[in-house]
Amino acid sequence: MFMFRIFLPATALCLISSVCEAQHPNLGRPLTPEEISKLDITVAPDGSGLPAGSGSVSAGANVYSEKCQSCHGARGQGGPQDQLTGGVGTIASEKPVKTPVSYWPSATTIFDYVRRAMPLQSPQSLTNDEVYAVTAYILSIDKIVPEDAVLDAKSLPQVKMPNRDGFVRWWPVPKR
Amino acid sequence: MERHDRVKNDRTKVGALAGGATARDGFDRRTLLRAGIFVAGIAGIGSGIAQAAESIGADAPEWMKAPGRSFSTYGVPSKWQEKVQRAIAFPPGRPGTGSSRTPLHLLEGTITPNGLHFERHHNGVPDIDPSRHELVIHGLVKRPLAFSVETIMRYPMESQIHFVECSGNSGSFNQPEPQQTTAGGLNGLLSCSEWTGVRLATLLGEAEVTREAKWVVAEGGDAAAMSRSVPLEKCLDDAMIALYQNGEAIRPEQGYPMRLLLPGFEGNMNVKWLRRLKVMDQPVNARDETAHYTELMPNGKARQYMFLQGVKSAIIKPSFGMNMKGPGSYEVSGLAWSGSGRISKVEVSADGGKSWAVAALTAPVLSKALTRFRLAWQWDGRPSTLMSRATDEKGEVQPTRSAWVSQYSPVQFYHFNGIQGWRIEADGTVKHVYV
Repeated sequence: MFMFRIFLPATALCLISSVCEAQHPNLGRPLTPEEISKLDITVAPDGSGLPAGSGSVSAGANVYSEKCQSCHGARGQGGPQDQLTGGVGTIASEKPVKTPVSYWPSATTIFDYVRRAMPLQSPQSLTNDEVYAVTAYILSIDKIVPEDAVLDAKSLPQVKMPNRDGFVRWWPVPKR
Repeated sequence: MERHDRVKNDRTKVGALAGGATARDGFDRRTLLRAGIFVAGIAGIGSGIAQAAESIGADAPEWMKAPGRSFSTYGVPSKWQEKVQRAIAFPPGRPGTGSSRTPLHLLEGTITPNGLHFERHHNGVPDIDPSRHELVIHGLVKRPLAFSVETIMRYPMESQIHFVECSGNSGSFNQPEPQQTTAGGLNGLLSCSEWTGVRLATLLGEAEVTREAKWVVAEGGDAAAMSRSVPLEKCLDDAMIALYQNGEAIRPEQGYPMRLLLPGFEGNMNVKWLRRLKVMDQPVNARDETAHYTELMPNGKARQYMFLQGVKSAIIKPSFGMNMKGPGSYEVSGLAWSGSGRISKVEVSADGGKSWAVAALTAPVLSKALTRFRLAWQWDGRPSTLMSRATDEKGEVQPTRSAWVSQYSPVQFYHFNGIQGWRIEADGTVKHVYV
């Protein structure tokens, strides 16, 4: 509702002067749905934005060993870069191990992040099927999904992450 | 000719003043000035006698006895300042994913030179061709729009001075022992610039966000396509599409050709190389708002979407590496800032927090900008502990380090804003201490 408080006075101003034309040059180029679908890689926790396609744990194991393992280690641990698996149940301890599996509240974040940013040396080079598959493989290591899981736009948002209830939203800032 | 003579006369005077300044202290400034002129008078008489035999520049430095170098197309700092550099750190094998820190301890004032603004990248600095870059606004809008760089340049602009601080700045304060490093090493993921650009509200107004809209997901055009969820409320308030930094086009390290600027919000959200804004009814749990930049508490719960940088200050002078040259007069100075508004007060203690004195704030004191505080200090040569404590216009007071640490899990280091301290030893060395 707050947006109306901001926009109404601007509209009123337009009626009485030409100032609004200077304030709103309206020079943006209208976009077609096709153009947007090519650009939009945002995936929300409810699954909106997930593309067509699917991937199994076994297909993901192949993608992982070829494209991820040299940095992240066998089964997501012991590599030179970030640990991806393990740490489940440690978050409330003195030595929390924050991994995508132990800490991240939604499985969609793994898909979203891998698709936009991984592998580090060739981001956005994976197919949607490969991203579904490697997400399934990472989640299978700590048995968040079963060995025979196939993830797609319908099943991925339903994956229950171990720390799904671990976050307290701090916006809007709670009153003291 | 007349003007030339005047310049020459002024130079004589300056030289004389420099000679006068070598005199023992104990004089006040006015006395010193008079003494200097007096010496100049005598020196003038003396040199008049000697001039017959010797050129007048015999004792002048070499840079006064030969022409200086020609002009430069883009100036660089003096070679004598070559140690004033950012300190770079990145994980092995990932040269594009670390950070570099502003050397706060080697700078003065409040504006960070563009080449020294801190950096935090997630997969390197992209080399974006502005003629191929567009900012796209879509999602819960009536009219999805794309703006070329050239187009955005035609919109009404504004300039605002604001700090940007990484959410992980001063993160080493969560360690059990104080890190012995410079003020810039501790707090240098912090910079302040004059940003010029277009209000985001103007562009969102043209796209016409719908009634369901609550969040805007911003995405960068880098090789990490770094993305963050921003409350729509902030986007319609003081958010800016920044195109210029301190008068010149934003540097590649800061988001060329454009970045999102969210005054007072954690650095990571000020998405660089901004290419896309998706208006949504929900935040997206982007990697950097789940894996990072959350606040893990001892009970295992984590605060998420904590955006405001807390009220904070740090003494920059003296600090680690700037040892005292014996008892006497010193200026204690430092920086204070708050993500919620203006700094209203900075207090300084020299006795570890037993007593506090109010420091002077150097004008202008701007909202969500670095503020310089200063206080004259007579050091008696005894061991002392210097601390600073800032209060902002909302009445928020900088907490103690122990109060800050006790709220969180031992691994928590984001958003540290506790009080910092420097121990001055009797021999003048300056050590980092927890207070």
